[in-house]
Amino acid sequence: MTTLPFRLALLGLAAGLGAALAQPASAAEERVIPPALRWSFSGPFGTFDRAQLQRGYKVYKEVCANCHSASLIAFRNLSQPGGPEFSTGQITALAATYQIKDGPNEQGEMFERPGRPADRFPAPFPNDQAARAANGGAYPPDLSVLAKARSYERGFPTFIFDMFTQYQEQGPDYIAALLAGYKDPPPAGTPELQPGQYYNTYMPGHLIAMPQPMQDGQVEYPKLPNGQPSAPETVAQYSKDVAAFMVWMAEPHLEARKRLGMQVMLFLLIFGSLLYYTKKKIWARMPDGSPAH
Amino acid sequence: MSGHSSYTPRTGIERWLDARLPIIRLGHDAAVSYPVPRNLNYFWTFGGILMFMLVAQIVTGIVLAMHYTPMSSVAFSSVEHIMRDVNYGWLMRYLHANGASMFFIAVYIHIFRGLYYGSYKAPREVLWILGVVIFLLMMATAFMGYVLPWGQMSFWGATVITNLFSALPLIGETIVTFLWGGYSVDNPTLNRFFSLHYLLPFMIFGVVILHVWALHHVGQNNPTGVEVKNVAKDTVPFTPYATIKDLFAMVCFIFVFSWFVFYMPNFMGHADNYIPANPAVTPLHIVPEWYFLPFYAILRAVPDKLGGVLAMGGAIVVLAFLPWIDSSKVRSMTYRPIARQFFWMFVVVCIGLGWLGAKPAEGGYVIASQILTTLYFGFFVALFVIGLFERPKALPTSIADSVLGAMKGGSGARLATATAAEPNAKG
Repeated sequence: MTTLPFRLALLGLAAGLGAALAQPASAAEERVIPPALRWSFSGPFGTFDRAQLQRGYKVYKEVCANCHSASLIAFRNLSQPGGPEFSTGQITALAATYQIKDGPNEQGEMFERPGRPADRFPAPFPNDQAARAANGGAYPPDLSVLAKARSYERGFPTFIFDMFTQYQEQGPDYIAALLAGYKDPPPAGTPELQPGQYYNTYMPGHLIAMPQPMQDGQVEYPKLPNGQPSAPETVAQYSKDVAAFMVWMAEPHLEARKRLGMQVMLFLLIFGSLLYYTKKKIWARMPDGSPAH
Repeated sequence: MSGHSSYTPRTGIERWLDARLPIIRLGHDAAVSYPVPRNLNYFWTFGGILMFMLVAQIVTGIVLAMHYTPMSSVAFSSVEHIMRDVNYGWLMRYLHANGASMFFIAVYIHIFRGLYYGSYKAPREVLWILGVVIFLLMMATAFMGYVLPWGQMSFWGATVITNLFSALPLIGETIVTFLWGGYSVDNPTLNRFFSLHYLLPFMIFGVVILHVWALHHVGQNNPTGVEVKNVAKDTVPFTPYATIKDLFAMVCFIFVFSWFVFYMPNFMGHADNYIPANPAVTPLHIVPEWYFLPFYAILRAVPDKLGGVLAMGGAIVVLAFLPWIDSSKVRSMTYRPIARQFFWMFVVVCIGLGWLGAKPAEGGYVIASQILTTLYFGFFVALFVIGLFERPKALPTSIADSVLGAMKGGSGARLATATAAEPNAKG
């Protein structure tokens, strides 16, 4: 009975809302959406590519670890199932190449000893202030969970599709794009860079305090029998490999999680179907035997 | 609906116990013989789902508390310790974090179901108000739980939300100092939030018992909103009918829950909370967890701080007054052609507010929030006004009739108001 005025009122409201949302919001920091890469660990059956994690660790160790800590990771993690899976022997030898501060000993003195698999990755700087001082005032963040701490807004309706496609690799996509996203000289129209500022396409606002960390050929990858490197020794490849390694650091039980998930889902499907048919049978009749519908 | 008990103790031990503590009788009457309207749809399974979620949150929470350290300097790394070094710690934490979100999904469906079918009307007012109390306790619990990982959003969310209390005149500042345990969010805040986060779920549990007690006293509402008239024809016993249906719905719900836990455990969280709390760096946009976003949008829609706080609080408290705001005698919106359109508009408004809550508070977003906030409160005014003139459709004479589709002659055409007035006389 009141349908027409009601509809008109709705239309008016919708128009008002539209007008309100069409108002320009103050420009948020400009950001370029990183391209979505293919990752071996995405999707319900995803697993890490061991060779990629091992290469990523090499990039991390030779490049990133000069400034960034990864304080939550121990050498032993590198040999655990579901990670780079270095052998225990490799890990023991690797850990022993580091000098770890320990103590106090019985004389009350701190001392240095060779690393053991149970030791965490030693930090490059003794404290935050030292890290800042060595990096022009900018603090190089800890890399342990950084792959989960970096993201970008997917927006409506993409975030709804993501629930079904299980896309959740904003972190590694962004990190890989950022590491390969330096522009020197910066594109025309960029305000003049201050000392300690670099231009990066994917950094929000484009100004980043980290200098370009890698050049092509800088990290040597394991060689194939024919003498060729096992993966291209390019910045693009280094970036992908180290981003994958960072995902493993942030989510070391990813493989176990997805594997258990499949078992749980299968169980629920079977159990749920059984319950469904049981429910149908029970609900077919009332307690007195008369039809329920 | 709590009528005569149909429990007969069969063994000697049962008879002995029944004469001293009739606890088996209580369980039997509540979960076996309890009569349930035969026409309930799947929206009525969310009560059981919520009970399951509460227990799941308590169980996973107790395990997490065994490994977590509520100290600002190590809270973040103790959560990471759970994720990395505790056996199945990652599972416990992801179940708990996603469980909070699933809990709210279920409770919002439960609340909207109550709204649509008029489950708040006499004689279910107290049942409904207890539900609003549970909802408030849930919000407090979830908010304090989100602070515990001590990430950037934990810290800044806690700062923004606790600061709201300072808008209250006279006592505001004192309350905030009391919440913080000092003059800013810091270690004492974390300590007391951990303590309260452990306490509140048990308070929720207590109110849930009252909620279920009230429910079992007045009986369940149903999609027609017509009261049970003939227990034999209109109802089925809780077991096996409701038990099996609730169980099936629960497994479906757990399937969705597992989808997030195992495949996209951080989808409903915020990336910034994987950055350790840093009082010196403010995140670009501080946003609460998704389930608070509609209320956050209402808060920011009002330019005045105290006004915003009152509007946000009012948006929840107004629910408790619904039994007296809604002037219609007909419960179910199925039979209310006008109110039903407003109901769906209200759903859209709430989703819209949720979307705006995630946007920065600037420009058009604020104006849109103001429009939707007005509409949010307008819904309650509308419920009062519509009930005064709306002509409801004819109600079925009984639940059994509505199920069997047998509208017998004149009785089916009885005026809806006449049928629905009965429960009022009872309450």
